[in-house]
Amino acid sequence: MNRVPGYSLSESECEDMYYYMLLARRLSERMLTLNRQGRAAFVIAGAGQEAAQVGAAMALSKGVDFAAPYYRDLAVNLVLGMDAREAMLNVLGKKDDPNGGGRQMPAHWGNASRRIVTQSSVVATQLLHACGIALAARHRDDPIVVYASCGEGSTSRGDFHEALNFAAIKKLPVIFFIENNGFAITSRTDKEMPLQHVADRARAYGMQSAVVDGMDAVAVYQTVKPAVDQARRGGGPHLIEAKCYRLWAHSSDDDDSRYRTKAELEEWSRKDPVVVFRARVEEDSIFPPDHLDEIESRVADEVTEATAWALAQPDPEPEDALGFVYKDEER
Amino acid sequence: MTEMTVLEAIRTSLDEEMAEDDGILVLGEDVEAGGVFRATEGLAKRYPGRVVDMPLAESSIVGVAIGAAHYGLKPIAEIQFADFIHAGFDHLFSEASRWSYRTRGDSWLPMVVRAPWGGGVHGGQHHSQSIEAYYSHMPGIKVVAPSFPADYHSLLKAAIADPNPVLFLEHKRTYRLIRQDLEAGPAEKKIGHSRITRTGRDITIVAYGLMLHESLAAAEALGAEGIECTVVDLLTLQPLDAETMLEAARATGKVLVVHEDNLTGGFGAEVAALVAEHAFEHLDAPVRRLAAPDVPAMPYQRAMEEFFMPNREKIAEAGRALAAF
Repeated sequence: MNRVPGYSLSESECEDMYYYMLLARRLSERMLTLNRQGRAAFVIAGAGQEAAQVGAAMALSKGVDFAAPYYRDLAVNLVLGMDAREAMLNVLGKKDDPNGGGRQMPAHWGNASRRIVTQSSVVATQLLHACGIALAARHRDDPIVVYASCGEGSTSRGDFHEALNFAAIKKLPVIFFIENNGFAITSRTDKEMPLQHVADRARAYGMQSAVVDGMDAVAVYQTVKPAVDQARRGGGPHLIEAKCYRLWAHSSDDDDSRYRTKAELEEWSRKDPVVVFRARVEEDSIFPPDHLDEIESRVADEVTEATAWALAQPDPEPEDALGFVYKDEER
Repeated sequence: MTEMTVLEAIRTSLDEEMAEDDGILVLGEDVEAGGVFRATEGLAKRYPGRVVDMPLAESSIVGVAIGAAHYGLKPIAEIQFADFIHAGFDHLFSEASRWSYRTRGDSWLPMVVRAPWGGGVHGGQHHSQSIEAYYSHMPGIKVVAPSFPADYHSLLKAAIADPNPVLFLEHKRTYRLIRQDLEAGPAEKKIGHSRITRTGRDITIVAYGLMLHESLAAAEALGAEGIECTVVDLLTLQPLDAETMLEAARATGKVLVVHEDNLTGGFGAEVAALVAEHAFEHLDAPVRRLAAPDVPAMPYQRAMEEFFMPNREKIAEAGRALAAF
């Protein structure tokens, strides 16, 4: 594989990187439109975190490694195989939403065949589930890595600390990936912890750690990939903190003008990871002229097609609220 | 003849199942050394690497078991005392109970959580609790609470074979108190079945765990007085076998339900409600609940502990009053 100098990625991987970041952003924008149109009751997105998510997910072995993502990780799911149609089925709570057919709020991912672990709205629980998966895989001599992510707000929960402790004790192949977007809904990081970096917690658990610029997809990939490789070889867990910025409100139900200024938002918007990545690959002339515009146009078509298609798909029947309470009870 | 205590029946069951399936892992505090009750004694040596000491953190024990089950193994988590399981409540309630439901069966959790519960051991407020009411209020989790060694043996096997999360409650007072010949005793093999343990025409007593044994002793005493009791051993609390209990209620027309848990919101309320809803026209008396008083937990000191817990004398007294109604 010919790597593009400075990127640790092939040209086609660079294209993938841009494609997934852009697809996540455009899907999220369309979801918000659907919300404002009254067609989607709730939207929670990862705008501003696409670089962190794509950079990390591309370091995983798709379909082999497990991912226990959190609700902002749309881009992680896209890298691991979810397509635009499925993303739209999910936000619309359609019957065929592969994440659970409208039983959970949108963005609560789960797909066993893709090794994406179902999650609840209770934050940080998935970090312990990730440890269990890693422990079980080791029992089967299965050389997988488990990606487990959460926001920095979730690191206040006991489960975060318990998971780090257990993973370190057992030297489990878990990548704890913290997307520090600066906000726990309205609360700034200084209300969650007296430290500048979540990653500093790692030392207390005897774990390797790194802080990376989460607005830079390539830097994230270059940080996560060696950690994944090392974990796969038995090197134990890593705590990686990606410094991001939440460009949107917490959710479609939140008004962020109550707690942040326009000036702050404008300053961070200049660091928008999707825009920054495009500017960088343009400057480095990685692709032929117009190629990025072609990707833009392909993504726009994909989002439009997926939206129209998903809107036409059936809703669950009311009685679909029943069934699958137990494994052996089908419906 | 293989007479065993409850504890020996549990250990035997674990041993037999682990020998059959190398995907079974035991996770818990001090389990490598056999656990504080010695339920896992000898297993770490016999099955190297499959009995895993966990840090003292119940959220971790349940959460890690969920992950292992999701991967496809069969974790058996041991909670040292049921009183401490509540740190793992969130993982059972918000995660395990709905793992299958929220994915429409795309994922499921073949896992068992064993927890020694109940009082009568001078364990005070945090080593005596009844936890069944909280955890039976979670569709998606099965809750099993046997009374006899043969049922402990067979139902633990059923719990391990079950593709769903099963909370397996072991009454710690009965661990070494109750013995039974496993081959002679009836052994329930299915989760979700109750059993009529004794048949009598006058009143029905519904119980589980230690209180089932106390109820049988009370029934014996009442029999000598000419009051004939039917005694129902619930065995599984969730999903509950309502029909067996209702059949007994209809036959006797009088129902006494007994548990160690506090009265209000206890499992007896569910029993009473089902009887009122589905056997009303057969009743000759209001359903009577005999339970612990509505104080937060079981006191430590002997006299207060005895005051708190129902026992055979209190059950007989309640049975007498019910028969006379």
